[in-house]
Amino acid sequence: MLSGLFSAFMLHSWEATSVVAVAAGVVGFFVVLRGSTFAAHAIPQGAFTGAAAAALLGTSTLLGAGVFSFLAVGALARWGRRGRHDVVTALVLVIMLATGSLFLSVGSQYAQQTFSLLFGEPLAVSSAYLWPTVGLAAACTGLVLVSYRRLLLTSAAPELAGAGGVSPAAVNFWFLLAIGAATTLALPVVGALLVFSLMIGPPAAARSLTARPGVALGLSVLLALVTTWAALVGAYWSNWPLGFFVGVAAVLWYLLGRGAKAWGHRPRTAPAVGSSR
Amino acid sequence: MPDPTLPAPATPTGAAPAGALPIGAVPTGADAGRRTTPPGQRLPVLDVEGLGVRLGGRQVLSDVSFHLCQGEVAGLIGSNGAGKTTLLRAVLGLTPVSAGHVSVAGSRGRRPPVGYVPQKVVLDPDLPIRARDLVQLGQDGHRWGLPWPSAAKRAATEELLAGVGALHLADARVGQLSGGELQRVLVAHALAGGPRLLLLDEPLANLDLRSARDTVALLDCIARQQGIAVLMSTHDVNPLMGVMDRVVYLAGGRAATGPTADVVRSDVLSSLYGHHVDVLHAHGRVIVSIGDDAHRDDGCDAVPASAGVLADEPEPSRSGWR
Amino acid sequence: MSVLHAVFAPGFFSNGPVQAALVMGAVVALVCAPVGVLAVLRGQAFAGHAFADITSTGGSAAVLLGISPVLGFAASAAAGAASMEGLGARQRGDRDLVTGTVLGGALGLSALLLYLSTTRQGTSGATVSVLFGSIFAVSAANWPWVLSLGLPALAVVAAAYRPLLLGSVSPELAAARGVRARLVSAMYLGALAASVALSALTIGAVLSTALLVGPAAAALGLSSRPGRAMAWAGAIAVVSVWAGIVLAYDSYSWPPVGRGWPVSFFVVALVTAFYAVSRAGVRRRPRRQPAGRGS
Repeated sequence: MLSGLFSAFMLHSWEATSVVAVAAGVVGFFVVLRGSTFAAHAIPQGAFTGAAAAALLGTSTLLGAGVFSFLAVGALARWGRRGRHDVVTALVLVIMLATGSLFLSVGSQYAQQTFSLLFGEPLAVSSAYLWPTVGLAAACTGLVLVSYRRLLLTSAAPELAGAGGVSPAAVNFWFLLAIGAATTLALPVVGALLVFSLMIGPPAAARSLTARPGVALGLSVLLALVTTWAALVGAYWSNWPLGFFVGVAAVLWYLLGRGAKAWGHRPRTAPAVGSSR
Repeated sequence: MPDPTLPAPATPTGAAPAGALPIGAVPTGADAGRRTTPPGQRLPVLDVEGLGVRLGGRQVLSDVSFHLCQGEVAGLIGSNGAGKTTLLRAVLGLTPVSAGHVSVAGSRGRRPPVGYVPQKVVLDPDLPIRARDLVQLGQDGHRWGLPWPSAAKRAATEELLAGVGALHLADARVGQLSGGELQRVLVAHALAGGPRLLLLDEPLANLDLRSARDTVALLDCIARQQGIAVLMSTHDVNPLMGVMDRVVYLAGGRAATGPTADVVRSDVLSSLYGHHVDVLHAHGRVIVSIGDDAHRDDGCDAVPASAGVLADEPEPSRSGWR
Repeated sequence: MSVLHAVFAPGFFSNGPVQAALVMGAVVALVCAPVGVLAVLRGQAFAGHAFADITSTGGSAAVLLGISPVLGFAASAAAGAASMEGLGARQRGDRDLVTGTVLGGALGLSALLLYLSTTRQGTSGATVSVLFGSIFAVSAANWPWVLSLGLPALAVVAAAYRPLLLGSVSPELAAARGVRARLVSAMYLGALAASVALSALTIGAVLSTALLVGPAAAALGLSSRPGRAMAWAGAIAVVSVWAGIVLAYDSYSWPPVGRGWPVSFFVVALVTAFYAVSRAGVRRRPRRQPAGRGS
């Protein structure tokens, strides 16, 4: 039944999903740490719009998704500095989706194409797509790892980082850009709607399992890989969309993290109230 | 507002004639006013008996006992992490108590007659809520249903705002007030519920010297004229030195409590900290010197207290201390 | 007259679906406005959006099961609210994570349901219609549902108005006043879910988020009173929806002729424009001078 899982045709899928998982695990770790869940949900909608635009113009999906992710990131970074973050995020999201629906309705797309843009279609990853994916993944993983300490510092104590000469706004922009890159490369595999599930589920569990940031980051990547591999096997076996397995796995990871936290609830060194020692 | 004098708080309860006392020279005026009522005749408002609190498996407070009568001002002193906020939350009933009990006079049902001003309220500048709305929510914020405008409520709100010298801020958005202004509005909010006891968590943090002095004078005035007991936490004892009737001094989860002059003493604080502590009086200020290096890790707040650099109080009448 | 004709294309007012859309759009806008102002104040815009996507799961399930979509919408909104409240997080950052996790699970389920309905029943248009909706497809049969979702949502906002406002200033102040924070926030989450389900049902998931968040955010800068801010939000939402419907109707004669542009595009553009103008006004407004500070 599963013998075809490792056929030459499926090999690209294995490679692509693994690359996506590594990037999502690394970026997602900071998404959870910085509480940027909503942004991580909104940026992929930009990628969706870009993919729709690309279909309309007949250009590469990856290019369209990349350009529109970048637009979404720019809008978030520019407007998010003033005004409320969640409001700006919601508005960018609906602008992107509405524009996407305009492209879809003006063009003559098939619903099937919309479906795969939203929910992904990993089994059809082509070899032409693989190398740009690897390049993008390397870029965004590199971006996060290079600014690892700055991201950690601005996540933990923004005012401290500002005093140390690190501009939280600049760090935030680069971070959003990393989300945009991860989104772009994950879009054809997992789909616009479920990229963020892959970004928050594994890191949420990893964060609860260990207090050391480096270990948590590694664990997050590992869990993301496990998630995509399991999803790929599930999708191959059942022919159901990959996104379903990713979404369900994210919920399971979250519950696992909550359970681990509740189970290992030892006397903490710092009580919640009344002490900052 | 004009410099040394504060606008005299109005007295919705009618406990004392408004503006009867000159408030500018705070410590002496306050003490003079206070001496007129012997402590024995005051009604107790807050009674804390053998209070213990455990949080996350750690004993934050143990065996804290003190009481507070109406019209008294008490300082809750301690460095960061000493358990000041925990104690205030326990009095409010927001933190479960593991030992002992807390009782607030006249408390029936779920809502004890306590007004609370939290330490840090971060507000969005766009919040469409004016100072008068916030004070009104102090009167009826817990009620169900839509609020109906009424002249009586409006008058009460303006009286409360005037009482804290913030009537001119009534129509400003709360998110756009300065720290000191917001503090006053929050005090008006807390007073709106008609409390017998007013709790303030670090009301002097983030205020400049003048605003801090004004705030202390205002709270003293409220206590004296409206007969409300005031308990405020601070990490520096000096700004309260002239007005404080009682001290609850927290260190390491334990407390030394009593009249100010009986607690802020070398022998009492030495036994609280478990090692020698010097209490020096110089130029009307108190310098608490906690010389042990082992306690330096309590946080930098130990340093200003011991160095005594913060307050620039007018000379309090030493004889007035109890 | 010709100007009027240029704005309102011929047949605009006599068109049945257009009339229904105008009425339904206004009703939804007016329900979303007060709920949305509170969502923005409480930092629950993400939850508001999440409900829109979660209800699309219910819509897909209804398509697959062949039951009334309304049932699916309402049931999934209720399930979403219950699971968010059940997983309830105390801190604001964690609340977003819980919202995201529930949303991800719902979207995953949505993927499966849409796939199944596409393969089994060949109703491939379900994806687009569920997600993007169409206000012109509102049927009169929905009215009982609209009322039974919208009125309770408004009733909750009215009943818990003061505790909700106080909680949006500071949860600590609310707790000190004796407000039952847990009960009030659960009630509000229910109202949010109901109003989003209502708007997702009638105007689509995208528009529902736009109408919930955009007018509310724009209104915050226009009035310093909570009640008036809600009224402004309602006015902005109604104007945006109506103008969007007019433009969408006109767009049938725009290229590509005969297809029409989606209403959601116009409404979102208008709402965003209102927000941008309001923000610009706030920035232009001189900051209140700290009065009485000088000696």
